Amino acid sequence: MAAHLSYGRVNLNILREAARKELREFLDKCSGSKAIVWDEYLTGPFGLIAQYSLLKEHEVEKMFTLKSGRLPSADVKNIIFFVRPRLELMDIIAENVFSEDKLHSSREFHILFVPRRSMLCEQRLKEYFEFHTSYRFVAECYLENDQTSLYHTAKGLMTLQALYGTIPQIYGKGECARHVANMMLRMKREFAGSQNQILPVFDTLLLLDRNVDLLTPLATQLTYEGLIDEIYGINNGYVKLPPEKFAQKKQGEASKDLPTEPKKLQLNSAEELYAEIRDKNFNAVGAALSKKAKIISAAFEERHNAKTVGEIKQFVSQLPHMQAARSSLANHTSIAELIKDITTSEAFFDNLTVEQEFMTGVDTDKVNTYIEDCIAQKDPLIKILRLVCMQSVCNNGLKQKVFDYYKREILQTYGYEHILTLNNLEKGGLLKPQTSSRNNYPTIRKTLKLWMEDANEQNPNDISYVYSGYAPLSIRLTQVLARPGWRSIEEVLKMLPGPHFEERQQLPAGLHKKRQQGENRTTLVFFLGGVTYAEIAALRFLSQMEDSGMEYIIATTKLINGTTWIKSLMDRPECQTP
Amino acid sequence: MMKSKPDEEDYWNSSKFKAFTFDDEDDEFSRLKESKQAVNSIRRLVEEDDDEDDVEKVSWSGEPVGSISWSVRETAASNQRTDREPAFPKINADTPTVSRSHSGYSLSSLFKGETALSDSSVRLYAPELRKPKSEYKDYVSDWSPEETVHRMQQGKAVSLEKFRSLQDKLLLLDFSISAHDGNVITAVTLFTITFTVLFRELESRQTALRHFIHYLTETRDQRLLLELLRALGRTEDIALLQYKEHLSIADENKRRDFLKSCLSLPFSPEDSAHVQDHYTLLERQIIIEATDRQAERGGKVEIFQKFPRRASILNMPLITTLYYCCFYHYTESEGTYSSPLNVRQTFRISEKQFFVTALAARAKLKAWVDVDALFTSRNWLGFTRKKSPLGFHRVVDILQKNSAPTQVLQEYVGLVDDAELRISLAQKHKCHDIIINTYRDLKDRQQLLGYRGKVERGSVEERKINELLDNPQIRWKN
Repeated sequence: MAAHLSYGRVNLNILREAARKELREFLDKCSGSKAIVWDEYLTGPFGLIAQYSLLKEHEVEKMFTLKSGRLPSADVKNIIFFVRPRLELMDIIAENVFSEDKLHSSREFHILFVPRRSMLCEQRLKEYFEFHTSYRFVAECYLENDQTSLYHTAKGLMTLQALYGTIPQIYGKGECARHVANMMLRMKREFAGSQNQILPVFDTLLLLDRNVDLLTPLATQLTYEGLIDEIYGINNGYVKLPPEKFAQKKQGEASKDLPTEPKKLQLNSAEELYAEIRDKNFNAVGAALSKKAKIISAAFEERHNAKTVGEIKQFVSQLPHMQAARSSLANHTSIAELIKDITTSEAFFDNLTVEQEFMTGVDTDKVNTYIEDCIAQKDPLIKILRLVCMQSVCNNGLKQKVFDYYKREILQTYGYEHILTLNNLEKGGLLKPQTSSRNNYPTIRKTLKLWMEDANEQNPNDISYVYSGYAPLSIRLTQVLARPGWRSIEEVLKMLPGPHFEERQQLPAGLHKKRQQGENRTTLVFFLGGVTYAEIAALRFLSQMEDSGMEYIIATTKLINGTTWIKSLMDRPECQTP
Repeated sequence: MMKSKPDEEDYWNSSKFKAFTFDDEDDEFSRLKESKQAVNSIRRLVEEDDDEDDVEKVSWSGEPVGSISWSVRETAASNQRTDREPAFPKINADTPTVSRSHSGYSLSSLFKGETALSDSSVRLYAPELRKPKSEYKDYVSDWSPEETVHRMQQGKAVSLEKFRSLQDKLLLLDFSISAHDGNVITAVTLFTITFTVLFRELESRQTALRHFIHYLTETRDQRLLLELLRALGRTEDIALLQYKEHLSIADENKRRDFLKSCLSLPFSPEDSAHVQDHYTLLERQIIIEATDRQAERGGKVEIFQKFPRRASILNMPLITTLYYCCFYHYTESEGTYSSPLNVRQTFRISEKQFFVTALAARAKLKAWVDVDALFTSRNWLGFTRKKSPLGFHRVVDILQKNSAPTQVLQEYVGLVDDAELRISLAQKHKCHDIIINTYRDLKDRQQLLGYRGKVERGSVEERKINELLDNPQIRWKN
């Protein structure tokens, strides 16, 4: 099922296997039959490492969704709650447990906090259970998958090093990167005496703080995968799409009842075609799909040439594979059509034009008419905020007059309570009035070549293809680090927020790699605070460039796009009506 | 080498794929169409097969069978069934669970002996993670502040009681901060803070401060949080925090009174003006709502009968309120609370915003006279001419969204300055006159000839074009 994880240079199945092992051990600790009560949010992440069958083998007999009220009946010895450390969930657990009390006195309750336990939640539970000491709560930390806390990032990186060997070189940029590196070095001192004897897989670790590059996530991603995420949102490798284009039209059957449920598709590199097109600029996807269609048609045509029984048998044996390819082609053709409808719309084009103007530094110091018009026609607030923040970042802060104007228009149109959201964006540095008269964005743009005229979308020769012209700052920093090195851009590094640094970790003698001629080096790039699909595409592109001599492995705290990112900074985004 | 051309042709003609040509057209749409056609024709070829033949089994809800979220639903569903049918004789309630959860996925696991090993076909080497030595040192007591923090990070029991002096406490706090573990920082902060006394100390320890503020926010300890912020002099944060409270007040009168009490809070000057506006707006909405609800119920006011209000105006944004007033109270004199002009003045709404909103509201009512009046201004000679604070193409856009008839649209399309934009808009909205006149003004004979083919035979438009083309006085550029 997860075979695609083993193909790459770094065998990610090891990591998955370690997580599964931890899960098995945890389940075995609670001996006897069990029922799991799931925080629904977690079923997705857990689905990445385990299937129901694995849980069943460890005596998990029932599974429920966490809901207030009474637990559904289940004749089991243990009830295990798998939850995120959220206060409101603690209240539900308490309610569940209390309603259970009289019926099964011998039952044990456990809580597994994912990704980590939290003092706050334990306190809340204590309030409930002060007088019910008969309950035994086992709180465990588990699965570092979506954690912004720096301590847990550092711990995760230590785990990674335990599995893949000590990483000899650490580079970083930004405040959080510095903290994480410091903690890693301190944790390493704790291990002093017991040397890690695994031959290092990674040569370099690069820690990048999202604060260093606020611009990239605000831009609309233009790769295939990036656009799917921008438009429909990818969650744990799944996407939900409008069903119309996926209606199965059979011959002679009128398509009268269209499906109304959204179509749910899994997206990962196990699917040959998706692996081929996910990182392409969307404008190159049509050509790739049509090429694939020719190949598949030709393969099916082979049957005309099959004359002997042997040949026919040969053809038939290939049918399942060909059908899988056909169905994959069908799905991606439909998705591409859905996206095409949007990317060819006037609204999409206008929005993109303004983004590109900002990124190239055109009129960033004036009130933008397009933004003004969008506010006047009450476009979704997130779209407005994305553009205004982008203008602010590209101008190193907005002129006070412009800032006040936008703020007022937004509050008048969307409601005064958004003062709170605007305040959050200000604190995050995304939207601010200009403090110094010097705008250093143009210098950064020129030095790092953030804007490339005539980016080649079909046969890219530079990472700027992922945004059709804009080269993501974060990835440029990564690229320059590999060659010619950060020393060449000292000036610009100083303009970007936070310190930059380099650390070395001693390897035991004998573990130093003897590099073969022409062998690639491997860098682990860790994005603190999230990364976009387009940035990942750009890094994969760098890995594939023949003369780069560098392979990149990507790690992050979460996958983001402009919309999810702004949403996370909004005050009570759930109250927003689109 | 590639096949020669005739060969290739034969090849395709011989197959079923007649409609499927590869003309190497570079158009994106036709490409997508191409692969779609290919897909469909291939589907026909393999029709007899099951449609969901590959990759993974998917249940009705679209979840892959065997995935965790699928199973949660399945086991819960089977459980519900036993709850729902208590009257049935008790046949082992668990049977459906077993048979269903095995459906399609792991029949084989029924036959597997060694369950623990069967979860992955490929066994992988998953090494033990080493643990730092401090974890083994569990049974000594009397920890240093540093050790205490380490133990807390590992989730072990510690006693903080022995850190009594202020100095000890601060030492402990500093170690916890340098550990960057939010849990520990919060725990230590809570322990060390004998409130007000230590607020000052926290100020020099921003990280601990952040965690403490987060703790107070989460536990909704508003009083203490405000006290802390006050001691720290973070006045704007206090103001915003208190202002935020209004969101949880449902009753509009209470909310208004609360907002009024916010007016004296130390906001920044700009925010202060916005909060003032917020209060004024709600106050006004309450008055308008009461009056209009009564008018609607009374059944005497025509506009409320013709266009019943869909929702209350309470707590709507300012521009929405303005739209409402332009819709229901357009002609009121400036003295009333609900008069659009009064709203505009009170809240200093920009000319453009006011214009767009009024335009949309009047167009929605099909009050074309009002729409017309919005644009009319007189110059000093007394001639009227149309003026607009926003481009006429946007005006057309708004009118069209409110389904204005072609005659009305035509008038505004004609006012678009840019000839190219004017033509494209005119074509979109079928304003023949404008197109014809524009081509005439551009002296573009070719375009005019082309357009003649697009209008109806024998129509007024055709005649007009013919007249123009025959007119010897026009000096065509082509």
